[in-house]
Order: sequence, then structure tokens, then C-alpha cells
Amino acid sequence: MRGATPGQVAAAALIAAFLAVFLVLPVGTVMYVAFTEKGTGAFTLVNFADFFRTELFVRSLWNSVYVSAMSVVWASALALPLAIVTTRFAFRGAALVQTLGFLPLIMPPFVGAVAMQLLFGRNGSVNLLLDEWLGFKVPFMEGLNGVIFVQSLHYFPFILINLSASLRNIDRAMEEAAQNLGSSGLRLFRRIVLPLAMPGYLAGASLVFVKVFDDLATPLLLNVKDMLAPQAYLRVTSIGIADPMGYVISVVLVVASVGAMWLSALATRGRDFSTTQRGGGGLARRQLSRGEAVLAWGAVGLILLLVLSPHLGLLLLSFATVWSFAPLPDGYTTAHYARVFGESSTYIANTLVYASLAGAIDVVLGTAIAYLVLRTRLVAREWLDWTAMAALAIPGLVLGIGYLRCFYGVQLPGGQPLATLWIMIVLALAIRRLPYALRACHAAMQQISASLEEAAENLGADKARTLRRVVVPLMTGGILAGFVTSFSTAAVELSATLMLVQSNSDAPLAYGLYVFMQSAAGRGPGAALGVIAVLLVAACTLAAHLVAERDHRRKGGSA
Amino acid sequence: MTAAGISIRGVDLSYGPSRILRDVSIEVAPGELFAFLGPSGCGKTTLLRLIAGFAQADRGTVEVGGRDIGRLPPWKRDVGMVFQSYALWPHMSVRRNVAFGLEERRLPRAEVERRVDAALERVGLAALGDRKPSQLSGGQQQRVAVARTIAIEPKVLLLDEPLSNLDAKLRVQVRRELRDLQQRLGITTIFVTHDQEEANTICDRIAVMNEGVVQQVGTPIELYARPANLFVAGFLGSANMLEGGLVEGGRVFQTRGGARVDVPAGTFVPASAKLVFRPQDAALGPVRDDALGLSGVVVHREFLGATVRYGIAMGADEIAVDAPFRSGDALLDVGARASVTLAPGAALFLGP
Repeated sequence: MRGATPGQVAAAALIAAFLAVFLVLPVGTVMYVAFTEKGTGAFTLVNFADFFRTELFVRSLWNSVYVSAMSVVWASALALPLAIVTTRFAFRGAALVQTLGFLPLIMPPFVGAVAMQLLFGRNGSVNLLLDEWLGFKVPFMEGLNGVIFVQSLHYFPFILINLSASLRNIDRAMEEAAQNLGSSGLRLFRRIVLPLAMPGYLAGASLVFVKVFDDLATPLLLNVKDMLAPQAYLRVTSIGIADPMGYVISVVLVVASVGAMWLSALATRGRDFSTTQRGGGGLARRQLSRGEAVLAWGAVGLILLLVLSPHLGLLLLSFATVWSFAPLPDGYTTAHYARVFGESSTYIANTLVYASLAGAIDVVLGTAIAYLVLRTRLVAREWLDWTAMAALAIPGLVLGIGYLRCFYGVQLPGGQPLATLWIMIVLALAIRRLPYALRACHAAMQQISASLEEAAENLGADKARTLRRVVVPLMTGGILAGFVTSFSTAAVELSATLMLVQSNSDAPLAYGLYVFMQSAAGRGPGAALGVIAVLLVAACTLAAHLVAERDHRRKGGSA
Repeated sequence: MTAAGISIRGVDLSYGPSRILRDVSIEVAPGELFAFLGPSGCGKTTLLRLIAGFAQADRGTVEVGGRDIGRLPPWKRDVGMVFQSYALWPHMSVRRNVAFGLEERRLPRAEVERRVDAALERVGLAALGDRKPSQLSGGQQQRVAVARTIAIEPKVLLLDEPLSNLDAKLRVQVRRELRDLQQRLGITTIFVTHDQEEANTICDRIAVMNEGVVQQVGTPIELYARPANLFVAGFLGSANMLEGGLVEGGRVFQTRGGARVDVPAGTFVPASAKLVFRPQDAALGPVRDDALGLSGVVVHREFLGATVRYGIAMGADEIAVDAPFRSGDALLDVGARASVTLAPGAALFLGP
């Protein structure tokens, strides 16, 4: 048993202070404001009564729930066939699906939204062709439909990833036992495979629900204002940070996030279905017959085409001279890229700086918290872990509002409010992405046997040197994975940023995109910027993947 | 229910270039408790899965009760299998697990419940039907797996390493219970194991397998006393094996170290045979002068309680000899010379 050294206590105190100031305080302030009377500070529910009395807010709440639920439904419809075909059958395209299926995640959904308008909107390519050939149009992008369409295409990988993982984790013997007892085909799938995969599915589905519920930029860009997140944003930006409604909506957003996660945890409680045991090794893959293969390729091709349509649309748009009321652009040009590199390179530079700093803060905090939790006996060390993870349930918008409220009044020596400093954007991004990095670091450290450290200490290295010379080098892969996850998601994050960016010169890429995309003339350069963002994130993800592979091989595949 | 025999004839099975089973033929009599015994990777589990329909033979037939089942899918075979991992479905209660096969057979609800009760009663778990598998101990889970399989009253019962996930103490108890259950049901049963003790203690007959080939089939005593080859002799119990060759027109076997043992008239000595004998079939004595028999130097001595195991170096070879221990016996010390006398009939000459 190890006692806590003064260094460890100091590290824990520092982390606790950081989390308290930049996570607990802002969120707590939002809660406090929502539940107190303006001016007096007395506890009141009047703000909530107002919320539920206002027809617009109730409709927005209902719309947000409806859009999130329908997005889950459609995302499931996209993910289910892909997951089943790739995990249950010997399907040649499995690698393709696994790669292309995750592409949506590397682009902010609101970027795709504009391209989707051009492809699927009332006068978009698809509807123009439909009208010409068949004489009717489909309202893919009308009102809430558009949000649902864009969001389900964007977030379905969360369901695909989780569902595929849990399908793969089902012990082959589970299925064979059912066959041995006389079950087969769809019946076996319904009675055994599906229930066993349910926890993974629910985890993915609840994530999609929460993400869609919290997303601000997509409905704004599609000009859908009667949803909760846009309402909160509009209240704060148009009426001001003193208006209680923004805070009430924030509380509703947090409650919905926590509620969805809690429900999915409840539904899967006591069902630890990771059933693979030694000698197990996943479900048997069935060979496809010729007809089935054609059907599978058809379905997969159609889904992938749909999933990649925002990317294709964006690419077309970025090279288009004029694209309106036509299935394809009128002409092509590289002028948009020239313009983006000419006048908007600050966006790109800012993004690289912000996302790198946020990623660095995250892996330092993540490693430190993982170390304190796993390797020390510090009192209440789990609280650090729980608090950091709680950021998962805080929508970026809420964090942004909290930062404005808490730090706007703090004056810097130059008279500038603290909240408007670009470093606040970095901190908000770091807090938002900390859970991802923490889990990666935690997992990496868990795999290191404590005896490796004990051996170093036994040979004369103190704790700090052991950490530096043994633990951190062994964790490289995990730390890097954490950094890249934080970096690449922070690079395209908008909801907190939208609240905190005060001037164009401080704005990151996602914000620039948003500004461009709001005007018809800005769409071309916006698309070019979007393509750059996608390439940036894709390159980082690929690099991380390669490094992780090398790291894995270097350790002999045992880690 | 009348018991069905199993007959496996000329089965070959390859995965790519590796041949898992080679010309396997085994006859299991109705009602028999039969073991597939061998080291890991010998093909015993594959052979079991072949009977259950989870592996396909390239050649050969599998019959149960005189009917060729080689072309039936697993769910039409009616051969009950208890999986090594038990494969209990975690999302179903014990009762629902046991009822599964009966429901798949579309039996009336009342009949299903009656047979579930009976199966759980049989394995002594009647009170735990509403638990989830995760709430049971390893031994209880194993009994649920057995109950789930016998509930459908299969023609034959296949047990894949059923004791491997239990702790040592429980294993002895559970293997007896399995034997009792099998006797009461009178069901033809195949038991896959790598543990010779398990196979010896409860099985009627054993097929010893190695590298996809059936080495020998027989009762535990036959296999131990009359192993067909070096592999069987070495796998069941411990055996001394000395290289050498026939001299004097085949009447004497001379070991590499120069020791000579008479070959009884009429004994078949295969090519590249070794002299094989069990440690307890040899006795140590004072060194004789003729130096033609076996003799050597004590290099190890292990006191095992009922016996003392001596390691005797004979030239390049080292053999083990077990001497029974009675209180007051004087033991040979390391470094002492001793002669080794084989009991009549103990010397075997076996090829690979």
C-alpha cells in the first residue's frame, strides 16, 4: 500500500482547482441563475414556470425531442444493415464500410448541412431530377426534416461503432448453443443476437440523442429556430446574458443529456454482456450466396452514397462558380481556395493553436488523473475522475453561457473582460474534450502492470522519475490516441466557441465556416474551408491510427 | 428413450493447409460414456463440433442412431452439446435458458414448463430458476448448461471440457455427478478432455488423439496397461522410454546405454521401437557384477509420501523408478549405485 506523497496531493489539488473554476463554477452558475430571482438571488421556480407558459419554448422543447428521437430512428436504420453485414457475414466490403462509415464524424454536421441543401433541398439536385423524371419532389430538407436528415447522416457512426463492437463481442458459443438447441435464422437473431447486442446499441443511440439534442449550429444554419439550443443561443445573443431564459433552457439541455445517459445506463444495468471468453472469438461469419451478395453490396452502396453525399456536395460546392437551381454547378474554379488561403488563413492557424493546446491540456490532465486514480491511495481521488467525466453531459452551449456569465465581469489589466480572451476558448474546448482523453489515458495506464513501476522504484527511481521514464513511455499510444481524439473533435467544435468568439481575428475554423455559410456568397469559400477542415481532421486521424499501429507492433501486440 | 450409438467413419478435416482430423473412425456404443482425450490442438474439440454440426468434414460420415447426420444443419441434429464456456445467455433467467430449446421445438407452454421443472430438478437447481446466470456460482452455471441440454432429450450428449472452468475441489464432485446423471438418463455421451484423470475416473472407454489421429481406443485400464504406441504410453501416466535396438537375432533389446533386456518370444517389436516401462513396475536392488541388466546411479530422490521416486542415470538416459515407502525403510542416497529389475511382463516395446 502506498501513501500519498506531497507532490501527489499538490497535483490533485491543482487539478481539482482547475476543474472547479472551469467546469463546476460555470455550470453551477448557470444552474444558480436559472433557479434564482433576478436581482435578489432568492430561490424561485418562476423562470421555469415562464418557460413552460411560453408557447415558443414548449414547442422548441417538443421539436428538440422529436428531432433527436427521429434522428436516432434514422441513424439506426442506416447503421443496423451496415453493422450486421460487416460483422455477421464474410463480406469483402467490410473494410470499406468501416472506413467510409466513420467519415461523417470528421466533419461538423453544420458544414454538411449546406451541401445537403444543394443536393436534397426543394430545388436541390435530387429534387430537380425527381421533378424532371417523375414529376414530384420529396421534402427531405423542409423544416425539421432537414435537421433530422443531416443529423442522422452525421451521427449514425456512433451507433455503427457501438453496435458493431457489441456484435463482435458476442461469444460464438452463445449462437452455437442456440443452434444446438434447435434455433436458427431470424428467430435466433431476434432471441439471442439482438438482445446481446442491445447494450451497445443503446449506448450509441443515447449518444446520438444527446448530441442531436445539444447541437446548435445545424438547426441555425438550416434556419430552424424553434428548437431548444438555438433558442438559448438567440436569447443570450439578442437579449443579453442577464436574461434568465437562456439559463433555464441550459438547465433543460443538461437535464435531457443526463436523463438520456441515465436511461441508457438503467436499461443496460446488470447486463454486462461482453460475453467473449477464451476460445470464443466473435460470431461465426456466414458466406453470402450470390444473390445475397448483390443485395448486400446494393444496400451498402446506397447507404454509403447517402452518407458521403455531404462530403461530395461540399467538394463540388468548393469548386463551383455558381450552383443554384441545377443538379450540378454551372462551372468550376479554384478561386474559393485562393480566397480562403489568402484572407482566412488566420482561422486555420487559430484552429491549429486552439486544438493543439486543448489536446495538450487534456492529455496532461488525463494522464495525471488516471495516475492519481489508479496508482495512489489519495482520499476522494475518484471524484476527480467523476467530475472530469461529468463534462460529457454538459452541452457546449451551456458551458459557453457559463463562461460568459462567470468571466465577463472579471476585468483584465487592459480593461478587457476575461471571457473575451482567446484562451477561454481553449479552456472550454479542453474541458469539453477532457472525458475522451481521460478514458484513453486511463485505459492505457490500466494496461501497465504495477510491477513495472515497482521494479523501477526498487532500482532507485523516485515516483516522479518512474512516471517519466517508465509509465509515460509505455502509455505513448494511449496518450497519443487521447490527444488526437481531443484535437480532432476540438478542431470542428462550434457550440461553445460560438458563444465565446468575440472577434474574427480570434475565431477558429469552425466559426469561420459558420460565418461563411450564412451568406449565399460565402458558400463557395465556406465549402473550401470545410474541405480543408475535413482533410485536416482526416490526416490527424490517419496519423494517429498509424502511430497506434506501430506502437502496438512495437510492444509485440501484447499491450 | 432408447440410447443411440455414434459411428464416425473415415473423417478428414482441414482448415487451409493444416489437417485437423485425419481418417478418424470411432464407434461409440449406445449408452456409453466415451471420452476424447488428448493434448490441446489434437483435434478432439473439432471432432466434437463436427458431430454437433459446427464443423464440416471434407470426407467421411457421421451417424447417430444409424442415421447419417453429416448434411444436417446444427439445429436439426438433436445432439445436445454443453459448451466449455457454458454459453448461458446472460439476458435470460435460468428458467428461460432451460426453456429455450423446448420453445424452439414449439412445444405447448404447459409441456415446456413441466420439462423445465424436471430438468432443473434433475440437476438440483429447482429453487434458482428465476436467477440470472451471472448470479450463480461456476458450478451452478455448469449445471444450468447441462439442464438446458438434457431438457430437449437429445439423442446424444456432447460435453466440451465441462470441468475446465471449475476449481479443483469441485471438479471431483461434479465429474461424479455427471457420471451419475449420465447413468440415470442412459444417454450416449461424449466427454472431451485433456485431463487423463477425468477420463479415467468416469468414462467407459477413451479415444486417445494426437495431431488429428486417433492413437488408440480402449478402456482406461487397457490404455494404461497396453498402450499401442509411445504417445499413448507417455500421455497416460508416466513412463520410462529408452532408445535402443534389437540384437542377437531379435531375442534381446539393447538400449543406447548398453543395458540389455530379454524380448519374450512372440513379442512384436515395431521399427524404431523404444523400451517402455512404468516407474512402479521396476525395483531397485544392489548392483550385480554381470552388468548386463539395467543399472545406474541415483541422481534425484523425491519423497512423495506413499512412494519414493528415484531418478536413475544410466549413461545418457535417465529413468524414474518408484519404490513404495513404509516407515523405517532405509532410502538410497543420491550418488549410490543401484540395479533396476523389471517386473515380469512390464517391459513394452513401442513404436511412435
